[in-house]
Amino acid sequence: MAPQAKSGGGNRLERNDRLVRLALLVVAFSAVSVLLVITVFIVGQGTPIMFRYGLKSFLTGSAWYPSEKLFGLWPMIVGSLAVTAGALVIGVPLGLSCAIVLTEFSSKRVRGFIKPIVELLAGIPSVVYGFMGVIILVPFIRETFGGPGLSVLAASVILGIMILPTIISISVDSLQAVPPSYREGSIALGATRWQTVKMVLFPAARSGIIASIILGMGRAVGETMATIMVAGNAAEVPRSLLAPVRTLTSNIALEMSYATGEHREALFATGVVLFVIIMVLNTIANATSAKRRKQP
Amino acid sequence: MRRLGPRVEEKAARVGLWALTLITVGVLVFIIFFIMRRGLPVLSLEFLTANPADMGKTGGIFSTIVGTVALTVLAIVIAAPLGVGTAIYLTEYTWGGPVTRVIRFGAECLAGIPSIIFGLFGFILFVTKLKFGWSILSGGLTLAFMLLPTIIRTSEEAIKSVPASYRSVSFSLGSTKWQTVTRVVLPTALPGIVTGVVLSIGRSIGETAATIFTAGSALRMPTSLFSSSRTMSVHFYILAREGISMPNAYGTAAILIIAILGINLLTYFIMNRFIKKYS
Repeated sequence: MAPQAKSGGGNRLERNDRLVRLALLVVAFSAVSVLLVITVFIVGQGTPIMFRYGLKSFLTGSAWYPSEKLFGLWPMIVGSLAVTAGALVIGVPLGLSCAIVLTEFSSKRVRGFIKPIVELLAGIPSVVYGFMGVIILVPFIRETFGGPGLSVLAASVILGIMILPTIISISVDSLQAVPPSYREGSIALGATRWQTVKMVLFPAARSGIIASIILGMGRAVGETMATIMVAGNAAEVPRSLLAPVRTLTSNIALEMSYATGEHREALFATGVVLFVIIMVLNTIANATSAKRRKQP
Repeated sequence: MRRLGPRVEEKAARVGLWALTLITVGVLVFIIFFIMRRGLPVLSLEFLTANPADMGKTGGIFSTIVGTVALTVLAIVIAAPLGVGTAIYLTEYTWGGPVTRVIRFGAECLAGIPSIIFGLFGFILFVTKLKFGWSILSGGLTLAFMLLPTIIRTSEEAIKSVPASYRSVSFSLGSTKWQTVTRVVLPTALPGIVTGVVLSIGRSIGETAATIFTAGSALRMPTSLFSSSRTMSVHFYILAREGISMPNAYGTAAILIIAILGINLLTYFIMNRFIKKYS
């Protein structure tokens, strides 16, 4: 009896192990299932109205008057693209410079000071950025350049600052991943540090840097509260940098609390457009960083 | 145009790069000083322990602190086991293959989804379809989904950094996979995992777009999982945007910044000890 009980114990352990493996597999699919459920709900709620009114009029219509059943998303699509482009103009030079300084031009002590600051930048709530925009940037733009102040320009600057942590951290990772021998070889050939950065490190880390910029774009497209606070939110195509603008995200957040019926469906349709843009950006970023991983 | 000599170019590049870096650092330092200078004078024990009165015009922020903590705790309690479990599966139980790729792709996509989409989704599923209403439950579940990818990624990195020899020794002593995971791998990776969780706490404290449509914005003290509750970030947003009370808005923002600073310091502390242990 005794030996059997012992081997039974061994089997129990092995059976437990198999059960654990199964349980972990189920848990591991949680993220995928959440993604699927979100996709199903947003698309399920948002697409019927798009086809009812015609995809073309939905995407290219320039009038958004939900009370009159006019659901043209064009101004918001242009708005999102405009502030995202603006954010890149501000954020990419700042972010890449910071990444280069952190990896190539600073001592360990300076790095130990700047790195936590960048991490802190990532932790500050978006409403605080938006608030700083309203209190400081918007009045500044109004007094210096004219116009209402709440504008494409204000949203671009605030979003440009908000995407810095994403750009910096991923670029730093990819610059650090360049094998030290590249750097040493270049310096040994008599190149200066900057020449090394420009001609060796940047090309070697290119795909990671591109991925960081695309992920930064994703953040800028998706940011909501800060944009609402500084962009002015007029639902029309902005004519200049100083004109107010409404993004896809703001469109949802501004009207969600009181929308009903078709109006609410149209907001979900806005969500679908946003969702598609983000998924395309994610896939590109994924593909570029996958290419990087394959490189020797 | 004559080309610059390499030495001049090097100088110019250094000056330019450092100038842009200092702008980045300056922006952050400025934001913190600006908020603190106006927010710290408002802070008092009473501000922290009194409930908001008169739409937040007077009184403190106690109920919003309770709301924030409740939402965050619920989100972490749901997301941490799922996230750590996923990370264990990805690092210890599979080696590449289509299943891993699907799971990784799902987590990466989820990480890129904007919070307003989570808000929309939580609103339609938890608030309306499942009839949880605007509540801590709806908000906590939505936040949990949002935090999941962060926790998966940080835990995965922590588990990967455990030396392979630890596992070999454990297996050679006759332990099963699960024993190795629970008694050797997880305890060693714990500081890294905790860092990820703490960072997620920071994210959920600062979140507004996802919580305002799922947890609502009631100022009352929440009494159960089904009461609507306003988080500190939402409170700050409403105070500032509707111009209800600037001093109270600054006070709330100061508390938010202090919380984020504390969380970053904490993660730094944990990570430093973790790194010291392995080098």
